[in-house]
Amino acid sequence: MTLTRRGPLPGGAPYDVTVVGAGVVGSAIARELSRLPLRIALIDACDDVGNGTSKANTAILHTGFDAVPGSLESRLVRDGQRLLAAYAADTGIPVEPVGALLVAWNEEQLAALPGLADKAVRNGYRSARILPAHEVRAREPELGPGVLGALDVPDESLICPWTTTLAYATQAVRAGVDLHLNCPVRSVAPGEPHTLATGRGPLRTRHLVNAAGLYADEIDRFLGHTDFTVTPRRGQLIVFDELARGLVRHILLPVPDARGKGVLVTPTVYGNVMLGPTAEDLDDRTATGSTADGLALLREKGRRILPALLDEEVTAVYAGLRAATGQDDYAVRAHPAQRYVTVGGIRSTGLTASMAIAAHVVGLLAEAGLPLTGARDPEPVRMPNLGEAFPRPYRDAAMIAADPEYGRIVCHCERVTRGEIRDALAATVPPASPDGLRRRTRARGGRCQGFHCGAAVRALFEEARP
Amino acid sequence: MTPVNRTDAHADVLVVGAGPAGLALAARLARAGAGRVEVLEREPEPGGMPRHLHHGGFGRAPLPWLRGPAYARRWARAAAAAGAAVRTGVTATGWAGPLRLETTSPAGLERITARAVVLATGARERPRSARLVPGSRPPGVLTTGELFRSVHEYGLPIGRRAVVVGAEPVARHAAATLRQAGTDVVAMVTEQPRAAAVPGIPVLTATTVGELHGRGRLTGVAVRHRDGRTGLLACDTVVFTGDWIPDHELARRGGIPLDPGTRGPCVDAAFRTAAPGVFAVGNALHGIESAATAVGEGEAAAASVLAHLAGAPWPEAGPPLHVRAPLLWVTPHRITGIARRPLLLRSAEAVTAPVVTAAQDGRTLWRRRFPVPASPSRSLRLPPHWTARVDHAGGPVVLALG
Repeated sequence: MTLTRRGPLPGGAPYDVTVVGAGVVGSAIARELSRLPLRIALIDACDDVGNGTSKANTAILHTGFDAVPGSLESRLVRDGQRLLAAYAADTGIPVEPVGALLVAWNEEQLAALPGLADKAVRNGYRSARILPAHEVRAREPELGPGVLGALDVPDESLICPWTTTLAYATQAVRAGVDLHLNCPVRSVAPGEPHTLATGRGPLRTRHLVNAAGLYADEIDRFLGHTDFTVTPRRGQLIVFDELARGLVRHILLPVPDARGKGVLVTPTVYGNVMLGPTAEDLDDRTATGSTADGLALLREKGRRILPALLDEEVTAVYAGLRAATGQDDYAVRAHPAQRYVTVGGIRSTGLTASMAIAAHVVGLLAEAGLPLTGARDPEPVRMPNLGEAFPRPYRDAAMIAADPEYGRIVCHCERVTRGEIRDALAATVPPASPDGLRRRTRARGGRCQGFHCGAAVRALFEEARP
Repeated sequence: MTPVNRTDAHADVLVVGAGPAGLALAARLARAGAGRVEVLEREPEPGGMPRHLHHGGFGRAPLPWLRGPAYARRWARAAAAAGAAVRTGVTATGWAGPLRLETTSPAGLERITARAVVLATGARERPRSARLVPGSRPPGVLTTGELFRSVHEYGLPIGRRAVVVGAEPVARHAAATLRQAGTDVVAMVTEQPRAAAVPGIPVLTATTVGELHGRGRLTGVAVRHRDGRTGLLACDTVVFTGDWIPDHELARRGGIPLDPGTRGPCVDAAFRTAAPGVFAVGNALHGIESAATAVGEGEAAAASVLAHLAGAPWPEAGPPLHVRAPLLWVTPHRITGIARRPLLLRSAEAVTAPVVTAAQDGRTLWRRRFPVPASPSRSLRLPPHWTARVDHAGGPVVLALG
């Protein structure tokens, strides 16, 4: 197993395939490739997997009911939803099938519901139906006044995006993929093999997959392609304490209308409630900061949707950047002569679609000559559970009896035990920062943000730092 | 999810939280022969907040003034010596019944049934996120609680240049701790128009934190003065101090009503919550007060707990106490009998020589001018005698300034 975070990249023969970008899509592709008896590299500019767009999405396992019918996205989201739901069940990734309601707050939105229901059918999703106002209110008693109706999409689910990416990367690394982090690509000299100039020295590879997210257009240009430009679209989100969880039962999605797309209110698998996102087109691909205006806007919209939510404590405010391309579909492009595939323009549905995107990309690589012989099933992995709807160690008498460290709660807000922190620090893909540890365990991710446990968690992290 | 393999246990009094309030209460109850008095502490050591406060000034005459850790140890010893069982590393995770708590510890899962439960769960500071301070999310953003533990308990490096948000006593202790850790304090920033001077540190009054900057590490804090001036304080560390909120999660999970002002459990002057048999004391009621106040509340609550154990009925809740702006909150929140201890009253604004009035149904019950100023960081202590004049069948008692 090879995971490197510093020093020159290992030399030797060129890789058969290199995937640039260890987000949820790149990691899924690396996992899919790891079935093959080939030399595979997964590289990322960050110090951790899933550290860009993937860590800051809305954490929903979509049905794809509202994709553009007939698009690649529509197909990959539909297939990916099925694949990921099964994978999550096998792997221990928490998924809660709470269902979604697209709530109409004005006549225009109400009038849009039949069209959305029809679109769902055209996307192969047949369980959506329109609910009258009284039924919406019965299902969501805390909704603000003025609800006119809703589209019920019962199969939309909550999922843990952090565990998903980590599970893919873990499985890939265990199956022999070399994961090189802190490894930004500075330029590419196309050839046979391609030579990537990285921040950690040259890397040679026969096939190249570009899953660089916000930077996918830059990598594309190194190979002479200008198909699309990534415009970072910032989404700010407010996360409320788990004591707010009782206020909302479904994912409350906005109905798009002439004034644009509204914000959503959704529970998370961690038991919080999330409000957001904003949608701001920016130039700066590093602008992951929140703004006073953005937060004020979210609070104003949130107050209308779920008034009681605003009285709850906020545990986190963050902003993610989505890789918008101005196109209505994923920008997946194969360049067989260059043995190169670009996976661009993957928006928030990419989490759901990730496994189907991976299978699709491997198919495109095969068309460019990558041999698919000798494939074997990857060894299953079992990930630590971060979801509230599933057994967690602090409530598991058998785990504690076998190892008392699972009864030693370190992070009190999120009930994270010392045993879980120890496991994460010793895992196949360990964290490189306390934030990375939080995404693996939830430690110091709660209402006190480290007031009680921050020092203890940081001390455990520093102790394990290589 | 069904809890499995929980061990059933019993106690006469179950105190949640081994800070000064919980320990003082447990010591008094155990000494009074209340039966099995058990104190649950989720941290590895008992003592609560003073464990992390290495400055002096704890305790009261005729005892010597102590530093926080020594004071914490003193109360832990006192409770144990009186016969209370102080159990550390045990977390009360939720309720299995009205007076039945579920716990987790390295020894396993328990379900403890008691005749009385006392919530002495303390308070925490609101972190940056809860204050909705925008900007990036780099490392180097702390609360005082994390700072104290990082420096005193773990000896972790902090940073080179820090900004302290707040200018209350806790902020001054944060500044002192930062200096002790070798960190320069660039400035203290407070929204209040006035603040006490701190030697060697600029105190920026009437100033708010606008935004945090930095990726990988904090690089600066944007500030805005009330007059519109803005600036950027270059620093790699920012400590958010004060803005206390009771750790009320266990109360809420038990369906115990909170006071909207304090966000702590609503109690009467005998520390009774709305749930029969459940009491609340200390900073869990009102955010941070002095350790001596917490001890005083714990000791005073002992009589009420003993009365409950002896079979005294849980009284009907009396009229609520309300506050008018700029007042923020008062404890207790209801008057069921005559209060025996000073009421604590907090103002959102500094007011010199404040006049406090208490009125019920248009009738003034009490009025007094205080020689000390009302302050957002310090409670006024109202003498309790006038609560005897409250009409228990009447409307809310309203406290106001002027």
